[in-house]
Amino acid sequence: MNALTLDEVRKVYRSGDEEIVALDHASLEVADAEILALVGPSGSGKTTLLSIAGGLLSPSEGRVIVAGDDISRYEPKRLTAFRRENVGFVFQSVNLVPFLTARENLLVVAELDRRDRKKAAKRADQLLDELGLGARKGNLPAQLSGGERQRVAVGRAFMNEPDLVLIDEPTSALDTRLGEQVMQLIVDEVRARETAAVIVTHDLRMTRYADRVLEITDGVLHSGPD
Amino acid sequence: MRIALTELRRRPARFAPALVALMLLTLLLLVLGGLLDGLYNGSTGALRAQPGELLTYSSDAKLSLVRSRIDAATAAEVAKAPGVEQVGGLGVVLLGAKVPDRAEEASVALFGYQLAPRGVPSPPQHTGDVYADRSLRAHGVKLGQTLLLGPNRYPVAVIGWVSDTNFLLQGGLWGNVETWRKAVESARPDAVLAPGTFQALTVVVSPGSKPTEVAAAIDAATGGTTHTVTRSFAVDSLPGLAQQRTTFNAIIFTTFFVAALVVALFFALLTLERTTMYAVFKAVGASSRQIFAQVLSQAVVIALLSFALGAVLALAATFVIPPQVPLQLTQARAVEVVVGLVVMSVAGSVLSLRRVVRVDPASAIG
Repeated sequence: MNALTLDEVRKVYRSGDEEIVALDHASLEVADAEILALVGPSGSGKTTLLSIAGGLLSPSEGRVIVAGDDISRYEPKRLTAFRRENVGFVFQSVNLVPFLTARENLLVVAELDRRDRKKAAKRADQLLDELGLGARKGNLPAQLSGGERQRVAVGRAFMNEPDLVLIDEPTSALDTRLGEQVMQLIVDEVRARETAAVIVTHDLRMTRYADRVLEITDGVLHSGPD
Repeated sequence: MRIALTELRRRPARFAPALVALMLLTLLLLVLGGLLDGLYNGSTGALRAQPGELLTYSSDAKLSLVRSRIDAATAAEVAKAPGVEQVGGLGVVLLGAKVPDRAEEASVALFGYQLAPRGVPSPPQHTGDVYADRSLRAHGVKLGQTLLLGPNRYPVAVIGWVSDTNFLLQGGLWGNVETWRKAVESARPDAVLAPGTFQALTVVVSPGSKPTEVAAAIDAATGGTTHTVTRSFAVDSLPGLAQQRTTFNAIIFTTFFVAALVVALFFALLTLERTTMYAVFKAVGASSRQIFAQVLSQAVVIALLSFALGAVLALAATFVIPPQVPLQLTQARAVEVVVGLVVMSVAGSVLSLRRVVRVDPASAIG
């Protein structure tokens, strides 16, 4: 079973009488434990694809199957539950809650899901240790470096033991050395947990961490650069 | 919920503007409410304390205790009316009282009574003895003192304290009928009433009788020379009381509305500022309901904290405000203010609900 299947997915936005095609009959499969890199210029449809795969947007046409469940026609309430239970996100701008410590930022996910707090706390500690943030877990985001913040965001994405992790430009705000460190951490986490991941990036140097690379231009998917 | 409370704890400065505004509004609400209660209780205590469910005035007095006259024959007719169990005469005279060692006179309402009001002992046996309302202590009145009433300084001795028995914001003094008559005779010889004549009657209704029906029966029995009303109607008919209450309540309701507006604007701005954070929450699986519950819990906690601080300020104000100002902070008023503030805060924060619902989780990633 694939972790993610997109089958002839279209996403169309309307602006007055005009129709803007953000994603045009996109089809792809991501196997379990596979890391797929998605590259393309700004406005090419990368973010739309990531949003549809993560249940943040619904497709106009086509099917989206995550871990065997067709989420294409889920109602908003069911999509919310789906995101809470099945998907992990790492956002481009990190987006940590500024008044919560690193550890609490991970526990936000557990709190939303009303999970066993003790179990969740244990998992948060374990993830932070793995990400090298064991000693920084009591720090607020403002007290962490850019790389550390990004690592907290990675930890948050893995808190709900997701089937699929969606990562948006993880290195855009980091220098090359830090970017590579973070990418290596992401890859290590994905591999260790045998989770599938889709990584959107501008930075072609980062594609070497992926098992496969796809390129998207004007909403159309192509095989990626060699 | 825990996230919302953590934010309140870690970022108190962010919530300070709303907290301070609501605290000042709480102070205003408590002081306004306290003044209203003080004015109301200070004006009506003597009537509210009457033992009878009904009060009988002369029909031409327009429910004015001071103008009303009920002679002995009419009182006897009232006593015989169906449904009447007991009748007691009541007289009052409003005077200035010279308090020993005080330059300024205290305003008092000296009552002569036959049936003891609530919290007041039976009429004193000795003419010249009175029970004084505790509020007169603010004017320097002490137990055992002799007060000199009116221009001719009629002496009365304070033999005990009673509570909540003032009339038209004048300190209540309660003596036997003879004390009242003598005081009237001394201060206003022209206003002396014939023996057996009172200003009003307090009427105790027989068990099982309906007060309004008994009131009608009394007025019928006296051939329309009396106007009998329930105690609460008599209280509400005191001059200026309804207007006073309406004015204060209008200010109080407006203040509650302003509180709702403060909360609404504050949380609307806060929600606007937090759009990205809420989008992230939604992206990782929070429902609009969960997010709104956070806004709501913060609004309620701020309302409760503001109330606590405002109440402390109001209590402090009672030490600064002169005792002659009729400010009464009551538990009932405090409960009304705290409940009102919480309700208004909830109502105000509801304005943010639409914005929370409209936060698009996809914007977290865009």
